[in-house]
Amino acid sequence: MDIQLSIQKLTKRYKTGDGVSDISLDVQKGELITLLGPSGCGKTTVLRSIGGFLEPDSGDILIENKSVLKAPPEKRPTAMVFQSYNLWPHMTVFDNLAFGLKIRKMKKSEIDQAISEVLKLIRLSGSEQKFPGQLSGGQQQRVAVARALLLKPAVLLLDEPFSALDAKLRHEMREELREIQSNTGLTMVFVTHDQEEALSISDRIVVMNKGHIEQVASPQEIYDEPKTLFAAQFIGKMNFLKGVVTNGRVMIAQLAFPNSKNLSGNVTLAIRPEDVQLFDGEEAGLPGTIKHIMVLGHYAEVSIDLQGHGIIRSFRPRDQVNDLRTGQHVKVNFAKTLVFPTV
Amino acid sequence: MRWYWKAIGPKKIIEFLVLVVFVIFFLGPLLNLAILAFTGNWKYPEAFPHEWSLKWWRFVLQQEDIAKSIGLSFLIATIVTAISILICVPAAYAFARIRFPLSRFFLFSFLLTNAFPKMGLYVSIAVLFYKLGLMNTLAGVVLIHIVNVLMYMTWIPTASFRNVHTAQEESARDVGASPFRVFRSITLPLAMPGILVASIFTFLNSLDEAQGTFLVGIPNFKTMPVIMYSIISDYPAYAGAVFSIILTLPTIILLLAAKRFVSADVLSSGFQFK
Repeated sequence: MDIQLSIQKLTKRYKTGDGVSDISLDVQKGELITLLGPSGCGKTTVLRSIGGFLEPDSGDILIENKSVLKAPPEKRPTAMVFQSYNLWPHMTVFDNLAFGLKIRKMKKSEIDQAISEVLKLIRLSGSEQKFPGQLSGGQQQRVAVARALLLKPAVLLLDEPFSALDAKLRHEMREELREIQSNTGLTMVFVTHDQEEALSISDRIVVMNKGHIEQVASPQEIYDEPKTLFAAQFIGKMNFLKGVVTNGRVMIAQLAFPNSKNLSGNVTLAIRPEDVQLFDGEEAGLPGTIKHIMVLGHYAEVSIDLQGHGIIRSFRPRDQVNDLRTGQHVKVNFAKTLVFPTV
Repeated sequence: MRWYWKAIGPKKIIEFLVLVVFVIFFLGPLLNLAILAFTGNWKYPEAFPHEWSLKWWRFVLQQEDIAKSIGLSFLIATIVTAISILICVPAAYAFARIRFPLSRFFLFSFLLTNAFPKMGLYVSIAVLFYKLGLMNTLAGVVLIHIVNVLMYMTWIPTASFRNVHTAQEESARDVGASPFRVFRSITLPLAMPGILVASIFTFLNSLDEAQGTFLVGIPNFKTMPVIMYSIISDYPAYAGAVFSIILTLPTIILLLAAKRFVSADVLSSGFQFK
């Protein structure tokens, strides 16, 4: 595979103390990679540096093996879709789309052809003469994506493009973007703070925190094997319990768990709610009392008070919670645990 | 009457009365002016003139210095508007986009020209103009007018430029436009309503300016409002009425032309400090 975009030791510091340091990342051709993290983690800084809207303090950015650092945004082979205010309200959809092509001195017949094709792709044929104000929020973002596609960029940059839309629309737009990506084979860098969005559209996710990269991996791998405590708590739902390593084994009360990283001292165990199992017999497990049972459609969330070890949540299929009731004593065990050093 | 009061309700009727008072208050003087201007002969107890004529129009337009003053006023207003656009629009862009030390202080300082009694300000400017040889010159009059409009001409476009989102400008850079092209094709058109409103303000303000012009421009630069003073004292009220209609007409025409740009939003946003 060819490396389409290479970020090398990128550093950018702001006076406020925020910023990114020493970010290195290679993006394959045709890959959709997501920068995921809480606000202020530096994901937008990285994206804007690729697009040319920020000048990094040090490091380099290569696109198709050429450094683009010296080039202003208009000369870079990138196209960006912003969170909002992408379109120019005084121009029609056609003029919005044609603006960049006219600057590139494309022939009028070719512009017409390209715009009618891209409007068909985003299912907005016939909207050429509408003004952005006459379109819905979702349609406006689709036009912004279309405008970026028309430039045939080497890398498409998306800065939380769907975060201003409502949940249902956001879902549709993700599917549409994924479809556009598989049709065009475009390399995309997608910034979001929404872990669900990242899990659903990415080939790989870059988990960022406080200006550095915590983990780069496929969505499944990040969900199953988060490398750091931060990645574990940021992606998906997770329970945390305190444990102690004695004789090489991780112990909570009298229960032992695997110590895959050979840690010692105080550790933190991370357990996905779907891996929390409940028993009411004599099986080995941590004793607990059911505090709440919340039925959420096809599954139920059960909170269990572990008597001195905190409260833990368990996701159970709905038919399994029918005989459970609040206040009931149960035993809790875990199908899978992850161990991290306690910070 | 009582059934009427009940059927429509006191609220509606009071609203109607307030409206009538307003209309009389605003349009009454204008109507009176219009009647006066077309009067040939009007004796006091009559409700309306018993002879209509255009003789005062002929009289006013035949006075050489009056005709000249109309030309001069429009010339000065045009120059003032053009120069203040050249000075203030780039300044407004800087205030809106560039962070520099004391920018809020500078923006606020434009209020100073409108914060003091005008005459005091003009007298001190006149002293300065004497030394610089600007008294009784076109440049002097234009400068005095510009001092008056700096505030509108900077504040309103600043607000308009702020309403253009950086993402809109950056998108344009992104698709290949140079910074200059972005300004010409995106930023300026989007800020245009505010700039237009400010320009109209400026033009009308300059047409209307009398105090400063009187102090700095006399005797060679008598604009319409300056002439107005002498007409009111030297000629019958009819001539004054004709003249005030000539003075009011451009205001009405410009405001009607600008109506599609003038929204309460645009106007009021000019006076926000962000």
